Amino acid sequence: MSRFDRFRAPIKNARGLGSAKDGVHHFIVQRITAVALLFLAIYVVGLVVTLAGADYATARAAVAHPANAVLLVAFLLAMFWHAQLGLQVVIEDYVHTPWLAIASQLAVRFACVLAALASVFAVVRIALGT
Amino acid sequence: MAEFSLPKNSKIQKGKHFAAKPGAKQVRQFRVYRWNPDDGANPRVDTYDVDLAACGPMVLDALIKIKNEIDPTLTFRRSCREGICGSCAMNIDGTNTLACTKAIEDCGSGKGDVPVYPLPHMSVVKDLVPDLTHFYAQYASIKPWLRSQTPAPPKERLQSKEDRARLDGLYECILCACCSTSCPSYWWNGDRYLGPAILLQAYRWIVDSRDEDTGERLDDLEDPFKLYRCHTIMNCARTCPKGLNPAKAIAEIKKLMIERRA
Repeated sequence: MSRFDRFRAPIKNARGLGSAKDGVHHFIVQRITAVALLFLAIYVVGLVVTLAGADYATARAAVAHPANAVLLVAFLLAMFWHAQLGLQVVIEDYVHTPWLAIASQLAVRFACVLAALASVFAVVRIALGT
Repeated sequence: MAEFSLPKNSKIQKGKHFAAKPGAKQVRQFRVYRWNPDDGANPRVDTYDVDLAACGPMVLDALIKIKNEIDPTLTFRRSCREGICGSCAMNIDGTNTLACTKAIEDCGSGKGDVPVYPLPHMSVVKDLVPDLTHFYAQYASIKPWLRSQTPAPPKERLQSKEDRARLDGLYECILCACCSTSCPSYWWNGDRYLGPAILLQAYRWIVDSRDEDTGERLDDLEDPFKLYRCHTIMNCARTCPKGLNPAKAIAEIKKLMIERRA
């Protein structure tokens, strides 16, 4: 909808399609995942530091430990969820060509879900030892 | 898509130089954006040499002096000349502010030229006059008046001192549009995003203890674009010539959105 449509009353342009009555959920989930990542990211960095210089078997054993595996999965889910929410906002902000906006929103969601599934699968496979 | 370069007919060209008259004592150059919708020419920046020894202290004084004594074609809005009407909002020395309350000596480091442009990212009507039609329509869209189901009492609607204090920092807004036009989110999505000024005004009614339409007001704002384009960039609070903090008002609205769910 063009903001400079001179045939429409200004209030018509301003009111547009009205309120979506939505947006709080996105806002809340973005903050929850951010708080979770604050702790989980520190934990993951700590884990990587303790594994610095360790050989493959040691690293694999660390990932296979149930506590590490659960926290790693939590980190991966929170991270890709948060990334999707953030990239969604970036696209909403800057991409105003309708087909391109929809295509990029789809691409971001597919990529984030696939990346989350693949990385969680990797951790689970190591944790379950197959 | 966001545009990163100006279209051909918007590229700013070098304008005329109006040299100081002989005998001028304290000359400072004002570089002023000029665009005339009637001549088909590109916008340009004219340079005016103003003798500050014979000029008032504010940027508006200099603009009025230019219009009166140097170039009567210069177009700008002004009215109260004391920071209460909001008419002379423009971009001076790189910041949106009111020409009438911005001292010339506060521009730059007290010397050098003074760039004067219209409010950013708005359609220009002429020279320093931006088209605020959509901005005003957005203000009208929040229904900025007291909405109440209780019949009007014979005298005034009473309010505790505490509730009255909640309006401080909000009622002072003069709707000059400095904040909204300094906000990148408003630049890119101003057609749908209400912008800091209108959201501050919306909060002014949401927080008013005498207004009974609080829920409906929140309903109308709960929208990914109307409200949630605010990414706390804070340009609004930095630029407000009245020293208000629209970003805080927006944050309070966001808090209320959560409060009524939790």
